[in-house]
Amino acid sequence: MTLIDLANPTRFLALTARVLPWLAAATVILLAIGLYQSALAPDDYQQGATVKIMFIHVPNAWLSMFVWGVMSIASLGTLVWRHPLADVAAKAAAPIGAAFTFLALLTGSLWGRPMWGTYWEWDARLTSVLILFLMYLGLMALWRAVDDPSRAARAAAVLTLVGAINLPIIKFSVDWWNTLHQPASVMRMGGSALDKSFLIPLLVMAIAFTLLFVTLHLAAMRNEILRRRVRSLQMMQASRIAFSSESGSRGESASNEVGAA
Amino acid sequence: MSLGPYAAFIVTSYAAAAAVVAVLIGWIVLDYRSQTQRLRELEERGITRRSGRSATELR
Repeated sequence: MTLIDLANPTRFLALTARVLPWLAAATVILLAIGLYQSALAPDDYQQGATVKIMFIHVPNAWLSMFVWGVMSIASLGTLVWRHPLADVAAKAAAPIGAAFTFLALLTGSLWGRPMWGTYWEWDARLTSVLILFLMYLGLMALWRAVDDPSRAARAAAVLTLVGAINLPIIKFSVDWWNTLHQPASVMRMGGSALDKSFLIPLLVMAIAFTLLFVTLHLAAMRNEILRRRVRSLQMMQASRIAFSSESGSRGESASNEVGAA
Repeated sequence: MSLGPYAAFIVTSYAAAAAVVAVLIGWIVLDYRSQTQRLRELEERGITRRSGRSATELR
């Protein structure tokens, strides 16, 4: 099956039906391994046991940006290639991305209180991620505000691509401004600054959360395709009712005219 | 495994992550059931796709 075959929603549904159980199983297994390794990870010499919060905070923070990246590619698919599943992918990803961003903010805040002495600080990294979260909510509101999915798709695609400007700002905010948030320690020039005892559980959890996203995204896309089928069948039903009532009233008026003649 | 003096922050973080992921999974599962149910109801009323195939058909 090639990528172009997936442009057919029925083929896409068949693929998800086959793939989803395997993806879900792989996600559960990797999450279990990641959680086990996180539990066994030693305390950090500065952070103590709160380093364990990093094993869920960092994957969620990565995914908050990754999901917007996926939505941006899907938006290009909507605007440039008019791929039939592109806007389905973008719409289905938004609530999942919002949930990951919310978790990144919440777990970061819960780590910040004992380590920084505050739940929140208006520094560049935290503020730009909060803006990302608000943009996810705005995008979800936009999808709900416009009834016609194809019209909503174009507006949402433009907003998503404009919002993508925030991604490099989030990534480089810790380098460009003097922030309370620490600079990159995993993906940076010269290799990771983390010890293997922290790096391995972190990477396992990151892969597990990414698989979780892929699983949830495919399932949400399947739901969106079914929702659009419901909509088109309801429109078909409405047009049938309108047609039958119109032809009924026409027949009635015609018989009245015959009677009058 | 000792979580030290900040155990409440650690446990709350993991519990919140579990709760949010559970809500996401629950929402997706319930949405799937709701959409397939609505499609079945429409098909029972004789409203079918132009192709004649069932709208809930996955293969």
